Amino acid sequence: MKKLFSRPESLKPNLTHYCPGCGHSVAHRLVAELLDEMGLREKTIGVAPVGCAVLAYNYFNFDMVEAPHGRALAVATGIKRVHPDKFVLTYQGDGDLAAIGTAETIHAANRGEKISTIFINNAIYGMTGGQMAPTTTVGLVATTTPGGRDPDRDGAPIDISQMLAVCQRTVYIERCVLTSVKHIQKAKRAIKKSFLVQLNNLGFSLVELLSPCPTNWKMNPSDAWRWTESILTKTYPLGVIKDTSGLGDVK
Amino acid sequence: MPSEKMLMRGAHVVGEAAVRAGCRYYFGYPITPQNELPEYLSSRLLEVGGTFIQAESEIASINMVIGASVSGGRVMTSSSSPGISLKQEGISYLCGQELPAVIVNMMRGGPGLGNIAPSQADYFQATRGGGHGDYRVLVLAPASNQELAELTFDAFELADRYRNPVMILGDGLMGQMMEPVVFRDPIDPRELPPKDYILDGCKGREPRAVFSMLLDPPTLYKHNMKLQKKYEDISAKEVRYETYQVEDAELILVAYGTASRIAKGAVNRLRREGVKVGLFRPVTLWPYPKEALRSLARGGVKIGVFELSVGQMVEDVMMSVGSRSEVYLQGVPGGPVPTPADVAEFAVSVLKGDGRMGRKVQI
Repeated sequence: MKKLFSRPESLKPNLTHYCPGCGHSVAHRLVAELLDEMGLREKTIGVAPVGCAVLAYNYFNFDMVEAPHGRALAVATGIKRVHPDKFVLTYQGDGDLAAIGTAETIHAANRGEKISTIFINNAIYGMTGGQMAPTTTVGLVATTTPGGRDPDRDGAPIDISQMLAVCQRTVYIERCVLTSVKHIQKAKRAIKKSFLVQLNNLGFSLVELLSPCPTNWKMNPSDAWRWTESILTKTYPLGVIKDTSGLGDVK
Repeated sequence: MPSEKMLMRGAHVVGEAAVRAGCRYYFGYPITPQNELPEYLSSRLLEVGGTFIQAESEIASINMVIGASVSGGRVMTSSSSPGISLKQEGISYLCGQELPAVIVNMMRGGPGLGNIAPSQADYFQATRGGGHGDYRVLVLAPASNQELAELTFDAFELADRYRNPVMILGDGLMGQMMEPVVFRDPIDPRELPPKDYILDGCKGREPRAVFSMLLDPPTLYKHNMKLQKKYEDISAKEVRYETYQVEDAELILVAYGTASRIAKGAVNRLRREGVKVGLFRPVTLWPYPKEALRSLARGGVKIGVFELSVGQMVEDVMMSVGSRSEVYLQGVPGGPVPTPADVAEFAVSVLKGDGRMGRKVQI
């Protein structure tokens, strides 16, 4: 009998704390599948953020450290400079990467640190209970945006991937969405390319994954997945934002 | 082989001693008065195949320190007062995650932006923990360039031994001062004992996770009690101090770092005049040499605390001597640095009990 589906070795056999319909589980699985497929698990050092993915070290079956809120890319910089031959990735949410950690993110990217960043954008603070994120879209109701995000009062949603694209030393940035199978497969190819950028010592890369948060958007999972694909992508259009890797299409 | 005797600036001494102690990673951000240290290391670390990064902030620097430390490297950062404030979050994480690191604070006047004159006003921050949580940082207070070299070397050993950050607490004057120095034999970091907690990829072993979030209350309790046991161990083993002419002293001055140099000048001046004054100089500010100071507080001897802050170290002195001695304080905020003559005047005033200089400190 042929085994068609099993847990990647890069994932521990633990139940996650993620809510039904959340994109984190899918993103975790994509990262783990790729590390297995590319034979990287035993040379990987991952950096967990503060936010919903803070417990990533309970799920990822490779070396992990927990960074203070927003500082994942500074911590990863220290790791990569000690271990230039290891594979270093950060896994961060939007509050971590694009609010409190904006400076660390931009400067690690601009130094061209040879690190792969998985950026989960669900437009809300999940772990703390649904407050406004830097990426919260206009009109989206968060627990701190009564009546929905109002740009005059709350500022506009930030497109950090576009900001990073103008940094000279970023090599590859792509935005994907974790909804249909088609999109998830595309996201997997993007993450693979990011990993290849690091393995080829080319510089910094980031894959932004638009990800549903049914709990804090106060939607059921299927509505949240539909909203992610049809509405969130209007503020954050999908596609390759920057690619100077010269690696071509990744299968 | 120990080095030749060299004439060097204090900030360069720290840098050279760090490299000789096997430090290969430095992350920092410019701030006066300690820039000569990162400037020195920016080229010196290149020579030995190390890494120097001028980071975007103090916050980024200390987090790069976390990354390098969890990867097994001997790592250092340095700054001065306002920059050290920014590093406090990272220092708390280093303690929580039990990671070694050496942090240099060349103190300047505060609060706020203050000034760039020598000061010791970060004593509370250094010894009480400026960040959150029940943690301790070893604090070493050098008083000469030779001691800067020794203590920098020792700081890396202590940090690794206890898996804990160690702070070297100097000041702007110390960083600039030129004095002769002899360095110990250099250490090759590749020959240091392997660390069994670091992250270097899980080949041939189970994956490791280094974190300080322990949501389950009994687990965090246990972790904290383990840390406390380590701090007790450090307190029992690592106390350092110097005494100078205390045997027959009627007044013992207590001062550390730059202030102790000035106080020693005052002791020498007064001894020539036949005044029985001595000096107690803590070298470790945490753990504070409480018992050693307490044992000197007997037979009516008075204690005169001289610090370049307005009554911070005096609290540790009070805790050490209790009611065994009268304690007087000459606390000077950042900026004007008193001379040995000023401190001698304070000492004489305390001995006479005329209340002209300093003030009596009571519980």
